[in-house]
Amino acid sequence: MKRTAPMIILALGGFVLLVAYFIPYTQGWGEDAALWFDILAAIAFILGGGNLLKIHLKKMSDKVPGWGYSAVCVASFLAMLTVGLLKIGVHPNEQFPDYRWSGTYDQVGSPFWWLYEYGFKPLTATMFAMLAFYVASAAFRAFRAKNFEAILLLGTAFIILLGRTFAGVFLTGFIPEDSPMAGLKLENLTMYVMQVFNTAGNRAIMIGIALGVASTSLKVLLGVDRSYLGSGEE
Amino acid sequence: MIRPPAARALSMVLGVLLAGPVGAAWAQEGEPAAANPPAAPPRIAAHDFLMDGGDQARIVWEQSPDDPANVSAYAIYRSRTDAEIQKKIKDDRAKFIAGRKTEATKAILGEDWKTMLDTLTPQQRIDIRAARAEAAKAAAAEFDAGAMNDPASEDNRFLLHGSTKSLELKYEVDKLDRANAYVFMVKAVGKDFSKSAGAVTDAPMSPTLEWFDGTPVQSGGRFWLVWIVLIFCGAVVFWIRHARRGKPIRVRKIAGLEAVDEAVGRATEMGRPCLFVPGIQDMNDIQTIAGITVLARVARTAAEYDAKVEVPTARSLVMTTCRETVQAAYLSAGRPDAYNQDLIYYVTDEQFGYVAYLSGMMVREKPAACFYMGTFYAESLILAETGNAIGAIQIAGTAMPAQLPFFVAACDYTLIGEEFFAASAYLSGSPEELGSLKGQDLGKVIVAVLMILGIGMMTLASMVGEQSGLGERLSAAVKFLKDVILT
Repeated sequence: MKRTAPMIILALGGFVLLVAYFIPYTQGWGEDAALWFDILAAIAFILGGGNLLKIHLKKMSDKVPGWGYSAVCVASFLAMLTVGLLKIGVHPNEQFPDYRWSGTYDQVGSPFWWLYEYGFKPLTATMFAMLAFYVASAAFRAFRAKNFEAILLLGTAFIILLGRTFAGVFLTGFIPEDSPMAGLKLENLTMYVMQVFNTAGNRAIMIGIALGVASTSLKVLLGVDRSYLGSGEE
Repeated sequence: MIRPPAARALSMVLGVLLAGPVGAAWAQEGEPAAANPPAAPPRIAAHDFLMDGGDQARIVWEQSPDDPANVSAYAIYRSRTDAEIQKKIKDDRAKFIAGRKTEATKAILGEDWKTMLDTLTPQQRIDIRAARAEAAKAAAAEFDAGAMNDPASEDNRFLLHGSTKSLELKYEVDKLDRANAYVFMVKAVGKDFSKSAGAVTDAPMSPTLEWFDGTPVQSGGRFWLVWIVLIFCGAVVFWIRHARRGKPIRVRKIAGLEAVDEAVGRATEMGRPCLFVPGIQDMNDIQTIAGITVLARVARTAAEYDAKVEVPTARSLVMTTCRETVQAAYLSAGRPDAYNQDLIYYVTDEQFGYVAYLSGMMVREKPAACFYMGTFYAESLILAETGNAIGAIQIAGTAMPAQLPFFVAACDYTLIGEEFFAASAYLSGSPEELGSLKGQDLGKVIVAVLMILGIGMMTLASMVGEQSGLGERLSAAVKFLKDVILT
């Protein structure tokens, strides 16, 4: 029963969404099903918050190596939660000036906004900025000419990278735009590689993905694939 | 100053200009002064659209006697609902009054009034305020007494919906509300932009809701989509049944999936944990589900080898599902005692917060095997490069085309697109699931046939010339294939 019930709910939800797309009478059912997911996801936030606290408080109490990070995590979590939930420092809404809590928790200038803007955002931006260095190190490894395919990749990357910079335009600038050799200008070659080879490859992958998505969905809805419940066996 | 009737006429002409395909041509030619309105279409009828969600109607009309000699287009209108009429009148009134107030300000300060607003003397402010109030009062009285305030006037009653070219005598009106009844009107637009009198439908009609929404491509293309879905699903179900009868099905080797056991084995030998990342999307994403099917296998192997699998998640629901999956995997491996639910935990919904945690955890705990299976965005390369830096064996699987190159560059094995979705069938080896892969192949055959057909027809059309009769028909067929069937 523990596995049958989720499968029935899943199949019902899935088929309702599928049918609602084609049968206008059932469009409301589809919207209801989507709403139920939103309700579940909202409740799951409490589950997630509780789990976060439990895991990190346990790490702190056990003094496992790196427990200091857990302390920072718990402190930050509680600070944001308190400031946001209690709407600390929030000005009342202009329409309801007599109600202290009528303003939005994230209004510009509020402590929550300040923590988000000047604490959280720079941290996430730092993580994102690290991507530039990772791209460089990954490119260095990927473009090593080990075999024929790797040489092909290196050559293509060379053309694309050069073609997207001014250096590329400058290097092949001597080829007249209206000559039969104009296709060899690096910026044109880049365009050709991107529009023909890259698009063709991408589309092949996309077609495979689309069919895979449809097939997987059908398997899950029909209960043929039950591995997400742990195993296909009962 | 532009008076209201003139402004209305201008806005209607501009509306028609912008609404139809002929608009651009008109704009280039400019607006002639002479007016020679064509005759109105003799008859017009509105029909409910078959197979729709109750929001469309098809309008057909008879050709104007002056078409094509003196007709360049037809303008199609639908009646406004009472609420829409009230809103229009309210908006028009507000605009009208605002315009008069601006004129009153201009009358005192001149054309450069905007630049002078910061340097007004107190007396000027008092004068302007009084003049504006008086102008507003007068404008309100004028508006209320005029035709613009009449709900039955043609301008208030009808809304321009679109246009067709000359000789095109049908039009599909969409975005209707089936709770309302609509009247439709068509006007012939002359070559000098003058409009005929309106031909109006005899009785109001309400669109009706049908059982099946098979509206054409412009509204969703569901008629053809349902056939494609039925053929594809039929093929998958057929091959599943075929496999159930015990017919052998061969599947090519997928290196990334073959390496799952090897990766878990390596982690066991090294005495380090395995890290499984199920992407950053929720359970309503099919990639997350596909990722969790791989987790089931990884967890089962880990249970058999007595290895540790750590699953930090970015969504609470994913955490709950992963816990159930891993618990069931440990149970089926005969090691329920080894299951530790604290190894599957929630981190944060925030993309880079999650990445920061994972990167830090990887550097500190140095997992020997990292699995990235699910939906990934910019974090893919950060994770894969960190895993590479700590020397972990890495297997990734995603259907995000933009992230695949990063995984290919930084991971030992990558499941590309459909391989990722085939993982569950491949790993389980169950004939039923393998059968579904065969059904998927039929889908590929259909796509290939349609592509070859389209390319062939297009090539032939360009060889015989797209202007010739055959070329035109071939081009139309390709357009139908592309816009109606494949869209």
